Amino acid sequence: MKAINEMRLQIESRSVNEAFARATVAAFAAQLDPNIEEISDIKTAVSEAVTNCIVHGYAEKVGRIYIWAAIYDNGHFKVKIRDKGCGIEDVRQAMEPLFTTLGGERAGLGFAVMESFCDKIKVISKVGKGTTVTLEKHFKGRDADNDRG
Amino acid sequence: MAIRISSTPVRVTVELSGEIDHHNAAALRLEADEAIQRSLAPNVRLDFGEVTFMDSSGIGFVLGRYRIAESCGSHIEVVNLSGRNYSMMKLAGLDRLVTLKRK
Repeated sequence: MKAINEMRLQIESRSVNEAFARATVAAFAAQLDPNIEEISDIKTAVSEAVTNCIVHGYAEKVGRIYIWAAIYDNGHFKVKIRDKGCGIEDVRQAMEPLFTTLGGERAGLGFAVMESFCDKIKVISKVGKGTTVTLEKHFKGRDADNDRG
Repeated sequence: MAIRISSTPVRVTVELSGEIDHHNAAALRLEADEAIQRSLAPNVRLDFGEVTFMDSSGIGFVLGRYRIAESCGSHIEVVNLSGRNYSMMKLAGLDRLVTLKRK
């Protein structure tokens, strides 16, 4: 599948950049004419993935977060969020709802939220090398809203 | 992101507005907890009416305030939730710990 359009974004893993990252990816995805719910889905999922890079991947330091996004024919959207941080030892366990290594205010729901708001999620991680999360979503768009309404 | 706190003998009301994410939840937490702990009111109302965005940090925020309120013997209600935020909180099982009310 060949992308119609692509974007790349590189940010430092500072929490103030969470809002910037999700707003930027959402602005790019807007080319597919998504409805408000779909844009919120992408914003929320990207926010979770970027937060994971900051609080887990680069827990004790500031590193780079690499974001790539692409749009395809028929309203298909893909976004990859990558860090070169500590990596995840057990990806399956990390993806279990309510599992968190941090406790306190972290609900352990990051991956559960990404799963519920996207059609597809892929997580590739290597300890000491980093983690890549790929999210895919098909937008039905505003026309679908009109059909319903 | 902004927070407004008001208090009566029966209720502490915490009104949140803007976006709740991991970055700005930290500041909200401090202010909310101070108000909850200072008050003797049996009811804490978290008003999400003006919240334009939240990720799972919003769930963490409610969970954290629930723990504080419970230790003070007060009950939490989360009000004016958008359909989306209501679903996210239900997904997380918060309805078993606090009262959730939609807009």
